[in-house]
Amino acid sequence: MNLLKLSWKNLLYKPLNLLLSVVLFALGVGLVSFLLNVNHQLEENFNKNLAGIDLVIGAKGSPLQLILCSMYHVDNPTGNIPLESARAFLNPKHPLIATAVPLSLGDSYRGFRIAGTTYDMPELYKARLAQGRLWEENMEVTVGATVAGKLHLHIGDTFKSSHGLVEGFDEHEHDFRVVGILEPTGSVIDQLILTTTQSIWASHDHSTTATDSTAADAHEHEHEHVEVAPQMPDSVSLRKMAEAQRLELMNHPDKQITSILIRFRSRTNIQALNMGRNINENTDLMAASPPNEIARLQTSMGQGANTLRWLAWVIVVVSGLSVFISLYSSLKERKYELALVRVMGGTRSTLFLLIILEGLLLAVLGYAAGMVVSHSGLAAVAGYLEKSYRYAFASLKFLPEEGWLFLGSLAVGFVAALLPAWQARNTDISETLAKG
Amino acid sequence: MLQTKDLSYSYDGQHQLEFPDITCQKGEHWLILGQSGCGKTTLLHLLGGLLTPKAGSVTVAGTALERLTASQLDHFRGQHIGIIFQVPHFIRSLNVGENLALAQHLAGLPVDYTRIQSLLERLGIGHKTSRPPEALSQGERQRAAIARALVNKPALILADEPTSALDDVNANEVAQLLEETATDVNATLLIVTHDSRLKSHFSKKILLEPQQVQSTL
Repeated sequence: MNLLKLSWKNLLYKPLNLLLSVVLFALGVGLVSFLLNVNHQLEENFNKNLAGIDLVIGAKGSPLQLILCSMYHVDNPTGNIPLESARAFLNPKHPLIATAVPLSLGDSYRGFRIAGTTYDMPELYKARLAQGRLWEENMEVTVGATVAGKLHLHIGDTFKSSHGLVEGFDEHEHDFRVVGILEPTGSVIDQLILTTTQSIWASHDHSTTATDSTAADAHEHEHEHVEVAPQMPDSVSLRKMAEAQRLELMNHPDKQITSILIRFRSRTNIQALNMGRNINENTDLMAASPPNEIARLQTSMGQGANTLRWLAWVIVVVSGLSVFISLYSSLKERKYELALVRVMGGTRSTLFLLIILEGLLLAVLGYAAGMVVSHSGLAAVAGYLEKSYRYAFASLKFLPEEGWLFLGSLAVGFVAALLPAWQARNTDISETLAKG
Repeated sequence: MLQTKDLSYSYDGQHQLEFPDITCQKGEHWLILGQSGCGKTTLLHLLGGLLTPKAGSVTVAGTALERLTASQLDHFRGQHIGIIFQVPHFIRSLNVGENLALAQHLAGLPVDYTRIQSLLERLGIGHKTSRPPEALSQGERQRAAIARALVNKPALILADEPTSALDDVNANEVAQLLEETATDVNATLLIVTHDSRLKSHFSKKILLEPQQVQSTL
């Protein structure tokens, strides 16, 4: 028997009061922690997927849409651009551009986007092969880790793509074949199906038959799933092959691609910095700067998040108030008990400490319940967020801010208990006992 | 063992109650009788250090209460003085055994459940140890209150009208148990009451005269 146990038993004695205080506390703490996590993980996601990209070139439209579509694969393309006007940027000898990643988007397989691109793409996101090899021929695909995991794709599996990002809608007739699976990177490439640009052209070009689809259908999912050792080319030869692929694309000025992700040779070169404006002013293409667009997006999202955070703190304060009211109103009926504690040898400080402990206990319980609420809430929406943001959400990740939130909760519990504790400390024992 | 000298108390600073000097030896049992309004409860609270006298001194087991600081007095009370009230109250969120354990803990003594159990059995409520206090009958509750007052083996036991809320049978039993258990721990027992049923139990009596509340002016 000690004071902590006594305060715990006192709380348990009034289960409904306990429940109300804890639920309110949990709501406030849960909301704060939830917002912190969503905000943090979105920010982390956005930053990780920036991947050092300095400029995105695509068709005219909304620059934010172009960024969201080409870098985060959330939105639809703004349209296509003719290689005729874009080919200059793909040239490996371009004086300002270090890396240019052509992207042909628009098709998907069961909700995962198929991107026609070059080996610049895995190079950009530092992706490694887990199994098999990178795509070489048309209609061969290398899939990201999440795609392979979610769709149970194995090397040798075949599938048909569909138009747009909605599954089972407007299927193309050609079969893609999985030749490699990437290791997880935590970036957006985990969620992509990568193939040659020419494959996208071919599947949209209904007059040509790229592969014999009937033969492929026949052995779909019938073969043994064998682990295939990864065959990743080294960085130097990967770059060489990527450049060769870009040069090959430049030979098709009549074809179209969706966008180009660009990394400058030097970020301090004044010509490079002016490149975006030059493109926007002098060509039919649009150039958008990811850091600028994301900063703008975060500012507008941040305002909403800020409002919610204020609301959450208001709930925390209200829950503090409920702790205060429940402790304060319990004093009256516990006056005799408090006097008894003094009769049994407890001092004024004992009474003060007893009530403070009750406030702190409520705060700890509320915090714990709030963490459960926020992290199970995160787990519940993780699926949705992963779909709409193409990013795996960690629901069991704890932020340092949540440690501060714990201290904040303790402070709220302490402050809420302060006045009742002082009142308890000053109980007139003789008068209370004489009244019986 | 217990000694008071020139004890007086004032509720409002103008009118004061004055009490006769009391001297009790170790192990003696005394009855303090008087009509209601003569300051019996006030006297008991003064003896137990629950009230601070206006003047005079109270000495318990060689310690002058007025020399102690507030928290020293609380500790002293927990260790050396057991108090029983007319209506027995308990910490409702704790069961009977835990209430006694809390008395040990608050007095700064180690919690001894063997002592608690044997004491409750001595008082005939050994089977109620893990029951909540409100599940006990009035008589059982007063016995539990006696147990709580005795659990730390105090030198002085003060009882304020311990039997007046009980029927004859229970009143007799409680008075007897109070005497017996006080003898067990060799404590000085002081019972403040107007309950005439107790007179036959005790030989040593102090009669408090109905006081003309004296004005100091």
